[in-house]
Amino acid sequence: MSALPGSPGTSRSPAERRPILEAAGITKRFVKRLDLAGKIARRLGSSIHEETVHAVDGVDLTVGAGEVVGLVGESGCGKSTFGRMVAGILPPTEGTLRFDGKPVWRDGRVAAKETALAIQMIFQDPFASLDPRMRVEEIIGEAPRVHGLVPRSGIADYVAETMLRVGLDPDFRRRYAHQFSGGQRQRIGIARALAVQPRFLVCDEAIAALDVSIQAQVINLFMDLRQDLDLTYLFISHDLSVVEHIADRVVIMYLGRVVEIAATEDIFDAPNHPYTQALLSEVPRIELRKRSYHPVKGEIPSPLDPPPGCHFHPRCPHATARCSAERPALREIAPARWSACHLNDGS
Amino acid sequence: MTAVSPTLEVRDLETHFFTRDGVVEAVHGVSFQVGAGEVLGLVGESGSGKSVTGFSILGLVDQPGRIAGGQILFQGRDLVQLAEKERRKLRGSKIAMIFQDPMMTLNPVLRIDTQMTEAVRAHRDVSHARALEICREALVKVGIPAPDERLASYPHQFSGGMRQRVAIAIAFLNEPALIIADEPTTALDVTIQGQILHEAQTLCRETGTAMIWITHDLAVVAGLADHICVMYAGRIVEQGPIDAVLDRPAHPYTVGLIGSVPSRNRRGGRLFQIPGMTPSLLNLAAGCAFRNRCPRATAACLEEPPVRAASHGRQVRCVHPHDGPLEEVLS
Ligand SMILES: Nc1ncnc2c1ncn2[C@@H]1O[C@H](COP(=O)(O)OP(=O)(O)OP(=O)(O)O)[C@@H](O)[C@H]1O
Ligand SMILES: Nc1ncnc2c1ncn2[C@@H]1O[C@H](COP(=O)(O)OP(=O)(O)OP(=O)(O)O)[C@@H](O)[C@H]1O
Ligand code: SF4
Ligand code: SF4
Ligand SMILES: [Mg+2]
Ligand SMILES: [Mg+2]
Repeated sequence: MSALPGSPGTSRSPAERRPILEAAGITKRFVKRLDLAGKIARRLGSSIHEETVHAVDGVDLTVGAGEVVGLVGESGCGKSTFGRMVAGILPPTEGTLRFDGKPVWRDGRVAAKETALAIQMIFQDPFASLDPRMRVEEIIGEAPRVHGLVPRSGIADYVAETMLRVGLDPDFRRRYAHQFSGGQRQRIGIARALAVQPRFLVCDEAIAALDVSIQAQVINLFMDLRQDLDLTYLFISHDLSVVEHIADRVVIMYLGRVVEIAATEDIFDAPNHPYTQALLSEVPRIELRKRSYHPVKGEIPSPLDPPPGCHFHPRCPHATARCSAERPALREIAPARWSACHLNDGS
Repeated sequence: MTAVSPTLEVRDLETHFFTRDGVVEAVHGVSFQVGAGEVLGLVGESGSGKSVTGFSILGLVDQPGRIAGGQILFQGRDLVQLAEKERRKLRGSKIAMIFQDPMMTLNPVLRIDTQMTEAVRAHRDVSHARALEICREALVKVGIPAPDERLASYPHQFSGGMRQRVAIAIAFLNEPALIIADEPTTALDVTIQGQILHEAQTLCRETGTAMIWITHDLAVVAGLADHICVMYAGRIVEQGPIDAVLDRPAHPYTVGLIGSVPSRNRRGGRLFQIPGMTPSLLNLAAGCAFRNRCPRATAACLEEPPVRAASHGRQVRCVHPHDGPLEEVLS
């Protein structure tokens, strides 16, 4: 079987899943332009130059329809950048992204309006992403009205129905966003995304800013919506216990690259990549009492100047000379299990 | 151990904010104690009064707030009655604080060696050379590589995790008897959080420092603390040994809180939801503060429940506490 890179495979998925999203070689580079002082310094002969951040570096990933894929990794590893490329917000520097077989991007623009609506993104900060001067009914009703998804006369009912779906009382439709609590605001954000009838949600730290008990409400809501609306999720989070709870498969990133992809229970029960192993051993868990922490050594390196070869080699307890010279490819090491580490080559 | 008096004993603490809209009882009837070498976890949701409790102990409550009652006995002395001058002497020597943002501790325009040696010499009569040596050792202890180079750097040349480690090194510099850490790892990545928990844990064990670790993250407290206090709306609703409280939660709010955390044993299942919202402290209804969200509420809850002793060393502010293992109580 010629599995797509990072594809769900068939051995473990409950039903054979049709790929809905296919990313191949997706790359995003940001050039940090020099500020005025930098430009002057360079003119005066300083060796300062424009720096390039490899925010996302050749990511291959296939998501099956109806799947929940968790995307995990430490700050700055490129999760949000990848999510924004998938959601049609940020064009990739290289690589192709297909949704339902059709390209998402063409010449730096989203190829089709249908795709733009089908993939919606939900952000971390419910405050920042809602316009405080708009009433809830406008926030939720605007896009479906503009895009003609619902006839004008039906908008009010449609808004009420969408609010009910996310557990908001439609009586509050004339209130402003600032009159709601954090958890309610996040529901408004979710309702706004659902109003355009998406098929794919990119959730970027969508519950990180909420209190634990409110997090539980929103996680349950995401799971209900998946059932009711047949949604597919890319669920970005740095919280491993949340990802373990809701994802079918998990993708681990480190400094712009995917290092491991596997079914959730496989990755948590038997992580393959040394970075995944290190990451999982650090997760605080309510079942683990008075534990001794045995931390990974070293800092997360700067993405401006990542280590050569395997990016993880300066912190990896198994690193060899090859690791600092050669980039390990993401390989299928067992059915539906992918890992990028030289140790898997055997000898 | 029980015969020895605790490092810190807080009794019936009341810290109130006298705002234009009314009195906010941010801390109400709070009592707990921490012994030498012990870690006390203080958990609760946003606005429950964790930070104000910490600030009260340090004597750093801002206007329009003040301590309106109770005692804070530190090594037997009541800090509430102490003059500000005396309190300032304790802060940074006998009592230290670690904040979520290390820049609350660090001065951005001073080199690390300047800041650290000043912190040592403010409380100890040692030469500059000896002070520098103490600082160097402290940086090594918190796992900072190339300490000599680091001493000669400014805070902005460090990563966030590194800055927090320096702040921890400064907190431990004068071998304090008590450290109050307010969400010190919340902004950090998992691997860096692991390093910091490791360092804090080791230093406490080695030096016998008592520590109060404030966080909203139950899992962090589970791995670190000996004793846990759960706060809700300015009150400690339940406290006790960590295993007793997490495995046999007695207060309905503790049960809800533990149930809402995703856990290994309940992968993929529905998470427990506490109905309703955190109340505003300004117009808290009479009686139990958790009353309008509590599935066990009865007419008896219309009066504020007193703190009662429960089995397994727990103390609970509830008239209908649970008594059983978590799985039983959650279902
Ligand atoms: N617009 C931009 N211009 C320049 N650099 C950027 C830009 N957006 C992101 N970056 C850089 O790209 C890298 C990846 O950032 P990204 O926000 O995708 O990380 P992340 O994994 O989402 O991190 P976090 O967990 O902190 O949200 C970082 O080094 C970041 O500084
Ligand atoms: N200066 C102030 N004026 C009025 N009320 C205040 C003031 N400072 C704090 N409070 C109130 O005291 C209560 C407790 O606040 P505190 O900061 O201790 O909460 P916390 O448990 O630390 O929350 P978080 O997890 O968000 O840090 C809150 O309801 C807050 O609104
Ligand atoms: S490739 Fe080498 S350095 Fe990278 S994770 Fe594997 S063993 Fe470690
Ligand atoms: S006192 Fe009553 S309302 Fe309060 S927590 Fe206990 S049972 Fe619930
Ligand atoms: Mg991000
Ligand atoms: Mg606080």
